[in-house]
Formats: sequence, structure tokens, C-alpha cells
Amino acid sequence: MTYLPYAVAAWLFAVGLYGVVTSRNLLHQIISLSVAQSSTYVLLLSVGFHTHATAPVFADVPTTRAAVDPVVQALSLTDVVVGATVTALLLAIAVQVHKRTGSLDPEGT
Amino acid sequence: MTLRTRRAVFVVAAAVFAGLLLWGFGGLPRFGTFQGAYGLVLNHTAVPERHITDVVTAVNFDYRGFDTLGEEFIFFAAVVGVTVILRAQSDEAPGHIADYAFGRAVPPTSDAVRVLGLGLTPPTILFGLYVIAHGHLTPGGGFQGGVVLATGVLLIYLAGELDDLHGLYTVPALERAEAIGAGAYIAIGLVGLATGSAFLQNVWPLGRVGHLFSAGTVAPIDLAVGLEIGAGLVLLLVTFLHQTIVLRRTP
Repeated sequence: MTYLPYAVAAWLFAVGLYGVVTSRNLLHQIISLSVAQSSTYVLLLSVGFHTHATAPVFADVPTTRAAVDPVVQALSLTDVVVGATVTALLLAIAVQVHKRTGSLDPEGT
Repeated sequence: MTLRTRRAVFVVAAAVFAGLLLWGFGGLPRFGTFQGAYGLVLNHTAVPERHITDVVTAVNFDYRGFDTLGEEFIFFAAVVGVTVILRAQSDEAPGHIADYAFGRAVPPTSDAVRVLGLGLTPPTILFGLYVIAHGHLTPGGGFQGGVVLATGVLLIYLAGELDDLHGLYTVPALERAEAIGAGAYIAIGLVGLATGSAFLQNVWPLGRVGHLFSAGTVAPIDLAVGLEIGAGLVLLLVTFLHQTIVLRRTP
């Protein structure tokens, strides 16, 4: 299945976006956004993958050994950090929304 | 907008998006065959050139170090943002410290959770330090290790009460640690400038491949980032807990 990783990335994005669109709870909405974002990790890592190649860590393998692309892996790390900060900020806003309005429904009660 | 209209709008937008996505995927290399020029070069040159065995860390903290500086400050700004959003409002005051849940009593923490949480804390913190210190040798680094460190502190809260955490740190100390971590990254970068090279150029002695003291500036940057992420995450955690458990609205 050559296209499976790309299909998984597309599915994660779509299902996360559907959650954001239809959610009736801010926490659920924020987690849905994280799911949508996790599709980019899958996409980046599958783009960089190479069959029969090892991880780009040469602590115990010779440098002549074929390794997968380290650049997209570094990008995924950036992606994870940005995702975590977005989640933290959104959760902070959700806490204040709940304190002010007593509701987590994005449409209000 | 009703749920039905929203769903309809979503389906139309998703169909258009799916078309664009398929078009884009059509241009991607077949899975498992991609060979990026930069990745290929780095995999062959990073070890001899920088004496670093984890090429992902080499990309993050050396070849692409300037971008990671920006990334670190995204995190820094987010922590500042969260503490500002969650600060005590004018109609809020510290109340009785207690976990609480809507419409039900909070069950007391079981002994099993206490023992497991406290038992796991020291190994978790040790593991976090290990991951930070070996970022240039094996998978890991400042970001990953910092998160593990903060998890160790979170375990103390899960095993006990918020009060148990207060002996460990003060908020100003956390803020200072975070700022020192962020500033140290820049300071290490300036060493390159001071020696007549470029900002964040890897000018420190490279050491022997595979040794703890190797890879030049990468290991100190790992420590700086680990300090910033660890302190920043604990600060986030404390801010959230303070806002939800300690602060109460005054009528």
C-alpha cells in the first residue's frame, strides 16, 4: 500500500477539521484541532521515509548506512512544539471563557 | 448558524479541499523513495564535520539553529501569553485550595496512585536529564528532555495536592530559570560572533565523536533549551492549576 501514509494524513486532517466544525464543547474543539495538526507530522515523516533505511542517528551504525531524511524530522519537532503552544494558549482561553460564562459551548448557551 | 448548515458548508469545503489535496499528493514522491538532497548531504557530512551522531539534533541546533531560536521564543511567548490570560482578574481572590468537579465530590487520591506517582518521580526526572544531556548522541534533546522533566513535577501533583508542589519552587524562580534558558541560547550564539564567525556558528571544540563532551555548541544549547522548556512547562502547569484550583470569584 504505497499511498496508505498519505491517506492517513488526509484522513486525520479531515476528521480533525470535522470535529472543529461540529463540536459543541471548547475542550473537544481544541483536541480536534490537535488531531488535525497531527496529520502534518504523519505527512512530514512519510515524505522523508526511505525503504530499507535506518533512523538518521549514527551512534551505533556506520555513516555509510542509508538513513531517512533528517530535515523533515527536524521540521516535525518544530511542528510539535508549535502545536503544543497553540493548544496551551487555546486551553487558557477556554478556562477563562468557562469562568466568565459558565459554559464551554462555542455557540453560547 | 445551525449545526445542519455548518455541516453542509463543511461538506462542500471539504470536497473542494479533497480535490486540491489529491492534486497535491499526485506530485509527491512515491512512498519510500524520496531522497532529499539536503538530507542526503547531512547524513554523510554531519558526523565527520560536527562530531555529532544525531543528525536530527544537528539540523535543529546547528545547521538550522537560528530557526530553532525562533521556535524557542514561540514557546517563550506562549508561556507569557498563558500567564497573562490566566492572571488573577480584578474580581478574583485566592480561595480554599481544593480540587473540585461540577456536580460530584472529588474522591480522595488512592494510596496506589500516591505510591506510583512518588515512586516514578525521581526516575522520570533522571530520565529527563539523561535525554537532555544526550541529545547530540542519541534521539532526544532539550525540547524532549524538558517535557519529561516537567512530567516528573506533574507526577508530584497527581500523587498529592497542589500544596505539595509549593515547597519545590517559587514562581519568580521558575520565571528566572525560563528566562536564563532562553537568554543562554542567544549568549551561545553570540560566542560565534565574538570569535569573528557567524551568529550561532558552531565554534566550540568538537571533541571526539560519540562522547558526551562533543558536537561543540549543540550540547550547551540542548541544556539551555531543556532548562527553558522544563521551567516553562512547570510554569504553565502551575498557572493552570492556580487559576482553576486556587482562584475564586469574589461576589
